[in-house]
Amino acid sequence: MTPARLRRGLLSTLAIVLALLWVFPVYWMVNSAFIPTARLDSFIPTFFPLPGTVSNFTGALADGSFLSALGMSVAVTLTAVVFCLLFAFLAALAISRFRFRGRTSFVVAVLVVQMLPAEGLFIAQYKMVASVGLLDSVIGVSVIYIAAVVPFTVWMLRGFVAGVPADLEEAAMVDGLSRFGAFMRITFPLLAPGLVASGVYAFLQAWNEFTVALVLLPSDAAQTLPLWLRGFIQASATRATDWGQVMAASTLVAVPVIVFFLIVQGRLTSGLVSGAVKG
Amino acid sequence: MHTMRRSRVPYLLLVPAVAILLLGMGYPLIWQIITSLQEYGLAQQFGQPAPFVGVDNYVTLAANPQLWLVVGKSLAFCVLTAAITMVIGVGLALLMTGVTKTARLILQIALLLAWAMPVVAAMTIWIWLFDRRRGVINYLLDMIPGVEMNRFDWLASPVTFLLVASIIVVWMSVPFVAFSVYAGLTQVSDEVLEAASLDGASGWQRFWGIVAPMIRPVLSIVLLLQLIWDLRVFTQIKMLQDAGSASGDYDLLGTYIYKLGTSSQDFGAASAVSILVLAITVALSWFYIRSLLREDAA
Repeated sequence: MTPARLRRGLLSTLAIVLALLWVFPVYWMVNSAFIPTARLDSFIPTFFPLPGTVSNFTGALADGSFLSALGMSVAVTLTAVVFCLLFAFLAALAISRFRFRGRTSFVVAVLVVQMLPAEGLFIAQYKMVASVGLLDSVIGVSVIYIAAVVPFTVWMLRGFVAGVPADLEEAAMVDGLSRFGAFMRITFPLLAPGLVASGVYAFLQAWNEFTVALVLLPSDAAQTLPLWLRGFIQASATRATDWGQVMAASTLVAVPVIVFFLIVQGRLTSGLVSGAVKG
Repeated sequence: MHTMRRSRVPYLLLVPAVAILLLGMGYPLIWQIITSLQEYGLAQQFGQPAPFVGVDNYVTLAANPQLWLVVGKSLAFCVLTAAITMVIGVGLALLMTGVTKTARLILQIALLLAWAMPVVAAMTIWIWLFDRRRGVINYLLDMIPGVEMNRFDWLASPVTFLLVASIIVVWMSVPFVAFSVYAGLTQVSDEVLEAASLDGASGWQRFWGIVAPMIRPVLSIVLLLQLIWDLRVFTQIKMLQDAGSASGDYDLLGTYIYKLGTSSQDFGAASAVSILVLAITVALSWFYIRSLLREDAA
């Protein structure tokens, strides 16, 4: 074996060891979710979930609070995604298809707002939503989510809209289509991948959000899934934690997210990095 | 590009986005700036008018050693966590360029899975991994001869508590750094690297002399984002407090504001600290925004 090949082999082994280390917590979640409580209680960990059980899942789902949290999460996320996409798409059209006074200010404002953390605004957001009686409601929390996600979505869609040459639309208009018709028939279909990617991004943000939900949804009946999941840990102060159930619950929350994330991640990184490399 | 002068179309297109931003971010921001200049405590929660007190809230906070302790801890946590994340992330990205295709794919899938975990689910897993009695981490550490970790309570002292928080944040953030830097590395041509190695540059020199300057834009943006994200870390600290102790010794800025607002009901002081966090964030972000604007102009 040549030194170069030996080196490559050693590095590859290191890479696989690190991969196992990094994926271990995810494996441990799934593993623990299928192990009966009695065995999880032992001081010697069980490294393979065989023979497995689904009793942790049925236990976590037993009191019906999961379904209510799922319903709340779906309502909030759908509202946020639909309005975020609509608003961001219109704004992206404006800044990539028109030159107008105030354009740069708008772009700067979008970028600044994008960096403002909920952790620095939640007191005020709580006060605002409470003062109009919208705590524990889908609308209150959705408005904050839309505002939080619109900036990045505008920025992402701007790139996609700019990528469809305006000449194409104009050519179609020469061929007799109206401006709107040209847009709907030519540009819109070319934008579909961008809308999907942005939509999944907005979905992930709203679905996983914790801080704002914690503040704006104080009642148990209005919990979203992240708050529901937190409830398992919170209860650990007063009674022994059923880790099998906690891990089953975590698996239920994580799996759809992982699937969606895998669909969209290439676009998210490549967009960010191509911007960074160009600058 | 349409250059119709005085067209109202672009402004109409912006109306919904601007309206929602003003409602969800603008109004709270202005309310917060005003409230930070008012006495806004328990009495005001029950409808008393809030008198303006100038910068009193800021003066009181500046004189409060507890705040400076929290600021210091948050900054230390942020800088250390971001630095460790960068070192591991860049290391993994470099590793990806030097391994077989299969090994690279396995590493990338592992990182993607960690990256995709919702933060609350990631927290429950790590709290379970670090569990005092039945956690697998104590079990494995205890197997090392001479190490006595059985029933060691990681969340019982602020130092190990923040160490656990830092490990979790690093685990969650490294994939983003590794993928971004790897994408940057693939744009550095092999010929450049080969030419450098023929000239006898060692790996270390090659990285600092040739590779790092070429991927500097990616490195600086990723580092900035890590700093910003690690400064405002809230969910991780809050959930670790749920599992361990919620006393003030375990607070960083996010949970400190949360407690000022919820337990003490002192919205004036909470707003003042929030403004401090926002100011640090905007100062850090400025570099990031400038580089994005350059991209927009290009």
